[in-house]
Amino acid sequence: MWDYSEKVKEHFFQPRNAGTLDDANGVGDVGSISCGDALRLMIKVDPATDTILDARFQTFGCGSAIASSSALTEIVKGKTLDEALKVTNQDIADYLDGLPPEKMHCSVMGREALQAAVANYRGEEWSDDHEEGQLICKCFAVDAVMIEETIRANNLSTVQEVTNYTKAGGGCSSCHEGIEEILVKVLAERGESFKPGALPEAAPSGMTNLQRIKKIEAVLESIRPQLKRDGGDIELLDVDGKTIYVAMTGACAGCQMEALTLQGIQQKLMEELKEFIKIVPTKAGALSRASCQP
Amino acid sequence: MEGIYFDNNATTRVDEKVVEAMLPYFTEQFGNPSSMHSFGNKVGLAIKKARMQVQELLGAEHDSEIIFTSCGTESDSTAILSALRAQPERKEVITTVVEHPAVLTLCAWLEKEGYKVHYLKVDGKGRVDMDEYKKLLTDQTAIVSVMWANNETGTFFPVVQMAELAHAAGAMFHTDAVQAVGKVPIDLKSTKIDMLSLSGHKLHAPKGVGVLYLKRGTRFRPLLRGGHQERGRRAGTENTASIVGLGQAAEMAMEAMAFENSEVKRLRDKLEAGILAKVPRAFVTGNPDDRLPNTCNIAFEFIEGEAILLLLNKFGIAASSGSACTSGSLEPSHVMRAMGIPYTAAHGTVRFSLSRYNTEAEVDRVIAVVPEIIAQLRKLSPYWDGDGPKADAFAPTYA
Ligand SMILES: Cc1ncc(COP(=O)(O)O)c(C=O)c1O
Repeated sequence: MWDYSEKVKEHFFQPRNAGTLDDANGVGDVGSISCGDALRLMIKVDPATDTILDARFQTFGCGSAIASSSALTEIVKGKTLDEALKVTNQDIADYLDGLPPEKMHCSVMGREALQAAVANYRGEEWSDDHEEGQLICKCFAVDAVMIEETIRANNLSTVQEVTNYTKAGGGCSSCHEGIEEILVKVLAERGESFKPGALPEAAPSGMTNLQRIKKIEAVLESIRPQLKRDGGDIELLDVDGKTIYVAMTGACAGCQMEALTLQGIQQKLMEELKEFIKIVPTKAGALSRASCQP
Repeated sequence: MEGIYFDNNATTRVDEKVVEAMLPYFTEQFGNPSSMHSFGNKVGLAIKKARMQVQELLGAEHDSEIIFTSCGTESDSTAILSALRAQPERKEVITTVVEHPAVLTLCAWLEKEGYKVHYLKVDGKGRVDMDEYKKLLTDQTAIVSVMWANNETGTFFPVVQMAELAHAAGAMFHTDAVQAVGKVPIDLKSTKIDMLSLSGHKLHAPKGVGVLYLKRGTRFRPLLRGGHQERGRRAGTENTASIVGLGQAAEMAMEAMAFENSEVKRLRDKLEAGILAKVPRAFVTGNPDDRLPNTCNIAFEFIEGEAILLLLNKFGIAASSGSACTSGSLEPSHVMRAMGIPYTAAHGTVRFSLSRYNTEAEVDRVIAVVPEIIAQLRKLSPYWDGDGPKADAFAPTYA
């Protein structure tokens, strides 16, 4: 079973703002029953201030889909529409202390629902880009525009990452070539080149992956005494390209300071590695995929 | 571990008597059965005994027809690859769309290697069409591989009859009986089944030991070549302790067979009826009239399976789901898809699989808890309103 963060579990077991909002003036329906996720977001906007006074959701989906919906409503309440539209799927995931990589698409769905609800309030037709973009992933109806934007917003560089964030490519995998083409294009804009299959990409600083991992370990080692003094610890779980998965244990796990600590560690790692990296707190074990029903 | 374990098709607890039987083979009886000295003597005998215990459970004619392997998956691979290598003039395989990945993934690879694989479709109850099957059988068919019982729904396949038809076409017949062995009586000597796979951990033996039954006279090509173990048909020093454990478990399964088909079945039926009586818009998947006595697979419409499992787990109840989200595959179970179960229900399927260790009190507890959980999730569902599906169907934009 997935090993969710305490925050995800909390929002799944006691979802905030679940149910219908009778005086909603903006409604966003997104998702797809074939994918196993669907979400209706209802918002009540104060026309005078453009502020979201209340938000509710109804979700068909797994634990992390329900938790992401709950988090989304908490995040947007009290925000103006313009502020709310700046919320990214990463913000939703961060609010929940991270999601397992394969579940990132749940947070993407939350962001889409928000855009749809705001468009609905403003009386605009929310096109969801799908009319514009070429349909790439036919299994999950994900188009080129959506993939491109997600790659940009999250600095993705591999097909696997794109699948984790958008679901595209997670079904029959026949669109992997199409996803690669988009990656080639967006990475070129960033001045990088796409390396097919090179999951943990060779480090830009000329370090081999092993050297990089050793360096990361050294950084973590250097801050370990400090964590231990506070009764906690950190464990390196995986390095996947620019994403570094760690598990916080002991007093650090789920504590208020965790996010702050992680930010500090991320900063330090970036300085040491001289490249942009993202640190993702994950429970030990969460990275192994559950296998098909045995 | 405290809690209610209703996931026995995934794996079972090792019976204490099985553990007891195994223990000496880690310590005093550590010898290699192939050795000439007396350290190995007793071990050879223990394996022989285990072979006969399994022979009896399968109703095999000879104990030499039992080959110990490392798992069900190895047995499946060995059987299918052997049939293809032993009959190079035949290039086709027939199987079903609802096999376990142990067979399906191998078949997908065989197709890449240039073999033709025919996948029998199933109807809404998970049954194959015998006329379609007959048409596919030709002098090109090397092997037919059909499971005895499906792991998700428990639905049986008419393997005895299918084996006869395969033989009439000169093809070999293999059955993945991983879910059936130990739960239903099997008498291989009276059938035309050439090969059968079983796995220890589904019948209260340890994980990592399995059996391939190979009918005497069936042409065979080993998967692992090396030493002379298992008469050269499966090289590699025997996993002695686990083999002894599997033998013990086989004997105990024989003894419990009647109980499995009366008492366990009664509990399963009670569980199923109890849930269906209290939960609207829920139905049994597969063929309720012809299935394993321990398995019950229920589709709960308009909610998602992983969420159900998480809530069940909170009550200490372990089950499993064909939902996409539990597997990380993003697709709901291929078995549910093949039976044409609509997406609104396929994502919400939950499998309860019992064993002889479960009790009536556990069944009562699950019957009490499930309706609450389903109602709680439906309250969150955009497809649901009050006590039925929303009148104006929820139709979201694809995201
Ligand atoms: C029908 C079926 N076949 C094969 C297997 C694989 O068996 P094993 O885990 O021993 O390889 C399983 C169980 O996971 C199964 O249910």
